[in-house]
Amino acid sequence: MSIDVRDYLTPHRHLSLEERLGLVKRRLAAESHIQVDQDAFRADPQKAVLFMCPAQVFKLNADDDSCIVNYEDCLECGTCQVARRYTTWNNPRGGYGVTYNYG
Amino acid sequence: MSDERFEVVIVGAGPAGAAAALALAREGVEVLVLERGDFPGAKNLFGGILYTSVVNELIPEFWETAPVERHIVNRRWLTLDEDTQIGLDLKSAKFDVPPFNNTFTALRSKWDRWFAEQAEQAGAMVICETNVEELIVEQGKVKGVRTGRDDGDVEADVVILAEGANALLAERAGFRPQMGPRNRVNAVKEVIALPPEIIEDRFHLEGRQGMALEYFGGAVKGTVGSGFIYTNHDSLSVGVGCLIEEYLRLNMAPYDMLDDFKAHPMIAPLLRGGETVEYATKMIPEDSYDALSDLYEDGLLLIGDCAGLVNPSIHHEGTNLAMASGVAAAEAVLSARKVNDFSKARLADYRERLEDSWVMKDLKRYRDTVHFLLENRELVNEYPDLAVRLVRRYFTIDDTPKDDVLKGLWKTIRSEVSFFKAARQMWQARKTML
Repeated sequence: MSIDVRDYLTPHRHLSLEERLGLVKRRLAAESHIQVDQDAFRADPQKAVLFMCPAQVFKLNADDDSCIVNYEDCLECGTCQVARRYTTWNNPRGGYGVTYNYG
Repeated sequence: MSDERFEVVIVGAGPAGAAAALALAREGVEVLVLERGDFPGAKNLFGGILYTSVVNELIPEFWETAPVERHIVNRRWLTLDEDTQIGLDLKSAKFDVPPFNNTFTALRSKWDRWFAEQAEQAGAMVICETNVEELIVEQGKVKGVRTGRDDGDVEADVVILAEGANALLAERAGFRPQMGPRNRVNAVKEVIALPPEIIEDRFHLEGRQGMALEYFGGAVKGTVGSGFIYTNHDSLSVGVGCLIEEYLRLNMAPYDMLDDFKAHPMIAPLLRGGETVEYATKMIPEDSYDALSDLYEDGLLLIGDCAGLVNPSIHHEGTNLAMASGVAAAEAVLSARKVNDFSKARLADYRERLEDSWVMKDLKRYRDTVHFLLENRELVNEYPDLAVRLVRRYFTIDDTPKDDVLKGLWKTIRSEVSFFKAARQMWQARKTML
């Protein structure tokens, strides 16, 4: 197969975070492996987990200032609980969660 | 407790766990490796460089059969400001012959799987899709592990924890200090597919040669961290890793750091035409040597990332320390097995082996690196930025007499740098970072 260099001179197509999260294969567990202490989250002026999570698992519920946990998007780095101890992170059940194709 | 019993249970089938399993199985030890992913490597990630001195001892000339991507003949360390880069370039034909400077790019989903298969072929049992939920501890002695499976307890003479950077079991059992924003890096990475021919042309490579580019300063907004591009066979690994504390300080998301890095005018042309095929993230431990726990307990050893064995300096080595610690743990277990004594006192042999090796010598050498950079941010922000401007000005052609250019450079330096402070910092940097 011959390569046409011109095919590779176009700018790299930047994917949105949602598109990027969609590239990762997952087997979803029925229950969340992440818990948030909602009172402590409300008391966090920085709401750090909202931006600290590379998969944007945590979203603000504007109605009651609580934290929504979209655990299905989790990439299993554990950064949330290191940034803020009001999150409790456990490994998903064996065989569940992400499987990287490249890694 | 169930009847299941192995001499050694290893938690985690990454490079540390698989190295320990391989070394033990070869000596006829009954080893069980428990892995929570679908297969070894399924959940594993790194930037992209595998340092292979330990692998090459375990499996000589592994590159003939192992799924490595490229051997690194060209390394660059670069600093960026908003539109300019300067850097150090090292390319050598000496790195183009075996053992290839023990430096290869790899993709962990493939490589870890292969490495764990070597342990299996040597006689270790590897069971995947199995999460270890807690250590079974009786009267201070680790007796085994509790898995998420039904009837899931497994007893062992010794448990080797190789659970990775997110060291939940070790931390919760009190066998390591708490993970925190100052001792954990968050790294995000994309794998960007490109044909091998394009990679080789774009990065001046031939055949299986590879290149590693690491970026500092403005590339990561002057934080304690770095960006990277590593060439795989038919993809690039592109990412950024910064201390979690830095993201908290800047109120910034890791993917925004990555996106800004990828969009930089010095980076974007290298990614042209590439298609993102994976987005992934992991933590990297940067525990100082001074903060490490014992790493050995009654019936327990800690190896690899969960022990905190990463060189946080510009060398950024992790996988080779992981594998070396796995081998040292195996040797300590073999020695303890001869006298059937797996007490803490006996297993101290593991730590002694590490202390005598380059692993702990290097961690001692760089024990203050991260702390020093956090306390002297000029080294990752102001000074690299100044260096870029000075070099750019020195080589800017505009009919200014060179005498005047040099006078201007000295004036810039004097106005921006406090001489005694910088002299002290350079002296300390030599001691803590070189």
